[in-house]
Amino acid sequence: MKTRRIDNYGKINRDKILSFSWDKKNYKGFEGDTLASALLANNIGIVGRSFKYHRPRGIFSSGVEESGALVTIGSKDRRDPNVRATTQELYNGLEASGQNAFPNVNFDLAGINNYLGRFFAAGFYYKTFMGIPPLEWGKGTAIWMFFEKFIRKAAGMGSASGLPDPDTYEHAHDFCDLIVVGSGPAGVAAAIEAAEKKLDVILVEQDSLIGGNQLAENDFDNSQIKNQLENLGIKIMTRTTAFGLYDNCVVGLLERVTDHISAPNVNIPRQRFWTIRAKHIIVGAGAIERHIAFNNNDIPGVMTVNASKHYLNRYGVLTGKSIVIATNNDSVYETAHQLSEAGANVTVLDSRTNFEIETNKSFEIRKGYVPYNINGSKKIDSLDISKSEIINKSETINCDQVLLSGGWSPAVHLLSHRGVKPKWDYNNACFLPSDTKENITMVGSSRGLWNKNDCIASGIAGTTSVLNRLGISKTNYFFPKPGGWKNPIQPLYEVKYKKSRSKSFVDYQHDVTTDDVRLAHREGFISVEHLKRYTTLGMANDQGKMGNIIGLSLMAELLNKEIPEVGTTVFRPPYTPVSIGALSGRNVGKHFRPLRVTPMHQWNIDHGAKMIEVGLYQRPWYYPKENETLSDSYIREASTVRKTVGICDVTSLGKIAIQGPDSTEFLNRIYSNGFSKLQVGKARYGIMLRDDGIVMDDGTSWRLAENEYFMTTSTGEAAKVMSWLEELLQTRWTDLNVNVTSVSEQWAGVSVAGPKSREVLNNCVDDSFVITNNNLPFMGVTSTFLKGNIPCRIARISFSGELAFEVYVKSDFANTMMDLLWENAKKYDGCLYGLEALGALRVEKGHVTAAELDGRVTIDDAGLSKMASTKKSYIGSAMRKRGVLKNNDREILVGFFPVKLKETFNAGTIVCEKNNIKGQGIGRITSVTYSPELGHWIGLGFVKGGLDKWKDTNLVGADPVRNKQINLKVVSPHMIDPKGERMYA
Amino acid sequence: MIRINCPYCGERDHSEFSYGGDATINYPSLDASEKDWTEAIFFRKNIKGFQFETWHHSNGCRMWLVVERSTVTHEIKSVKPCHPDLQKVVENNK
Ligand SMILES: [Zn+2]
Repeated sequence: MKTRRIDNYGKINRDKILSFSWDKKNYKGFEGDTLASALLANNIGIVGRSFKYHRPRGIFSSGVEESGALVTIGSKDRRDPNVRATTQELYNGLEASGQNAFPNVNFDLAGINNYLGRFFAAGFYYKTFMGIPPLEWGKGTAIWMFFEKFIRKAAGMGSASGLPDPDTYEHAHDFCDLIVVGSGPAGVAAAIEAAEKKLDVILVEQDSLIGGNQLAENDFDNSQIKNQLENLGIKIMTRTTAFGLYDNCVVGLLERVTDHISAPNVNIPRQRFWTIRAKHIIVGAGAIERHIAFNNNDIPGVMTVNASKHYLNRYGVLTGKSIVIATNNDSVYETAHQLSEAGANVTVLDSRTNFEIETNKSFEIRKGYVPYNINGSKKIDSLDISKSEIINKSETINCDQVLLSGGWSPAVHLLSHRGVKPKWDYNNACFLPSDTKENITMVGSSRGLWNKNDCIASGIAGTTSVLNRLGISKTNYFFPKPGGWKNPIQPLYEVKYKKSRSKSFVDYQHDVTTDDVRLAHREGFISVEHLKRYTTLGMANDQGKMGNIIGLSLMAELLNKEIPEVGTTVFRPPYTPVSIGALSGRNVGKHFRPLRVTPMHQWNIDHGAKMIEVGLYQRPWYYPKENETLSDSYIREASTVRKTVGICDVTSLGKIAIQGPDSTEFLNRIYSNGFSKLQVGKARYGIMLRDDGIVMDDGTSWRLAENEYFMTTSTGEAAKVMSWLEELLQTRWTDLNVNVTSVSEQWAGVSVAGPKSREVLNNCVDDSFVITNNNLPFMGVTSTFLKGNIPCRIARISFSGELAFEVYVKSDFANTMMDLLWENAKKYDGCLYGLEALGALRVEKGHVTAAELDGRVTIDDAGLSKMASTKKSYIGSAMRKRGVLKNNDREILVGFFPVKLKETFNAGTIVCEKNNIKGQGIGRITSVTYSPELGHWIGLGFVKGGLDKWKDTNLVGADPVRNKQINLKVVSPHMIDPKGERMYA
Repeated sequence: MIRINCPYCGERDHSEFSYGGDATINYPSLDASEKDWTEAIFFRKNIKGFQFETWHHSNGCRMWLVVERSTVTHEIKSVKPCHPDLQKVVENNK
């Protein structure tokens, strides 16, 4: 195959040959190539198939705006679909393949869609739901079902691997005075000016090389610029895209760290997601050349003029031999000249009739001519051209390439992310950035400047404005006026020629044609946002970077309005696609969220614990002996606790130190029950309500000294309670002298529960005298020492309903405490018990936990009315009986037994009356366990009216999710030892 | 991203903070009527423009702050500790 590479052109390294494969065939390219330039050099014209019609697609551009050359890179678990070949750097061994085609892009069976165009016109998806004429009137669903498989397969371009991503990604952060986006003449001038004035500058460039569009110039060498930037201490970030601007000058960057390397170091992340906090932002993101809509303007071989200049001067690839350039502006003539110098036969069609251009006459200029139809299918055979006024007099030029320039669109995207609407400029036929109050300045061709000198001047002016804002200078500055061409542009978006049935493309990737825009208009979709959604114009990977303006101009014409009256769609981040991997960074797998473990975590595992997640915490779930299942294990553990003794890690409970002279008053205000008379050396169970009278949390507070308390909270609400206490003290009760400190991590806690718990504890403490019933009665608190001189806090608190103690030591002593307790518990045939047994024990006792206190429950609902003091006011006391909270049909805490004791049921079951099983029923079951003590399954839950109302009535537990129903009877929630004789023992 | 200039820690990302609520509410005394409390906890203005709101520096110094923020632009005009004594300390250290 002949190469299109020509000698003496380009900045590629011809000494370094790279091998790559395209659709499984091997080719060669050079270091410095993109995949697109290497494909072009190898004369590969068709690189993809379009979305709907499966028309052959070539390479349209040389940058991020590419909407034709979307390919799949890599294979297996590193398969990356929808990569723009124009920005993918070539590396040795790169594997690339075409997309959206079967068996391949050259011969695609689905190309038949091209002839079924009417089924794929705008709104196809929406219409199929309603029916395709003449099969309308409700038959849409059947049609959709028929088409669905086919559509699903055809929808989307490349496909993801479906395998776990083997690469790593990183989140990184940085700060600077000024971030400059784009390293063209304007960006570089701005960065240098700022760095010379001692600002801390980051310069971001999406390309692998700095220079911007100067890289398309044949005599451009960036080495000097690079040295200057580096010497000034500017942080240069290449291969990095500023994909979004956010509040407070925060910029999101995507750095492609290894996407250009054949065998990257596995210790280096593939991509980095940067969050930059800048004081100012200067955007010199350049401008994007537009194409022109006319019949068959998508045939491979069509390209923007600027792209062809890039391929020639940067990559040494002459993209055509017989080239026709169609334009409406001055920007193409230098390229025309260079292409003809490089050996191409060039003709320029300029839609303008009155203009002067200096050329060396190496190419022909056809003034007042426009292209209106390309002949050819997989490649260009010839171009039909005409005088621009009347498109009918045919003249045909044989050519193999058509280059288009319908004007330039400044890249205003980043500013648009900040909600700043661009304004239409009639003189330059483009949207220009509007001013913003934020510290964001647009420079260079992003503000519609077409001359290099104007760009440089705007860069310096941009930085001067920044220096003024920062108070570093007080210098006058001016931005050059937009424009800069000798002859004005003549707007040209579409060349209409209605004699052919060919298609005229606005959006190449999504196959949006000019007819689609007209159809949308006919069907009433005239708002830009509707147009976009109905036709999917601008919704492909390129987000309409090339086609949006053409679509707008067509709609403007149809509505008899000007473009600015039609509006522009809002650009949203990201500017170019950001991989999900980069967004998640290292927050994947086990690192998805923080993991909290207790200080005896390893001890628990070493002693056979199976763990379960409770919030962020890992807690022991059950401790199976050999061959024991979960239920075998927890039933044994719970029975052992009731019979002798068990030990359970309760470290995950929230722990708060409350200190200061007003501590008692503080607790008395936040708890619903009284705390003013709690003696030193005693603990009390307390309930906290929210302002609105709903239960927030329950826990205990231990009075350690006159002005010192130790509070425990539930595991789940620990952080919330801590913030709440701080809020009250810092915002509402600022006169109270109280200090609260979270000590959750500082103390390790266990519960020692069961009739033998006192004996076990006595064997573990230095002075067994302190643990007697007299010295440590129910709810008593003591500070003493475990054997080995380990200071500890012990309170006689019971969650299980047995005689029980909570023991806390400093976290460092957790393992020692566990060893000591376990050694002695074993002497009494005790056990270690986990969360499942803990749950069984507390459900038997009717003790509520997070499953019951779900943020909808009042103190009365939970059956804890006696915990609501009538002698004082407290948080929530004014509201706990408001409106609906005082209705007498509220759901009240009760226990549930199955009528047939052998039957089981599940939490989540809906409680209904026998002959009225529907909807939300009359209650719900929140916790279910097997009760070792009672020998059958039991549940806790809520039912309207509570026990009093349903005591003698059988109800139905409906479990539609599991397709189960069970007869239930309502019992007291205190299902064993209702008088608490065991706790007080 | 909103950046909040904590008087103790300096300017930090909003992800370090938790939003509280309306900072202009005068919470009634605990023995006030249900009506007063209803007014204080359920009724809020929907301000377009600057409003005073509380933020908790939950992943920082744990200070509760009054932040004067525009609901339109996220611009922040002032940040002060909620606690008047801390406010004084900040003023004195200026
Ligand atoms: Zn702080």
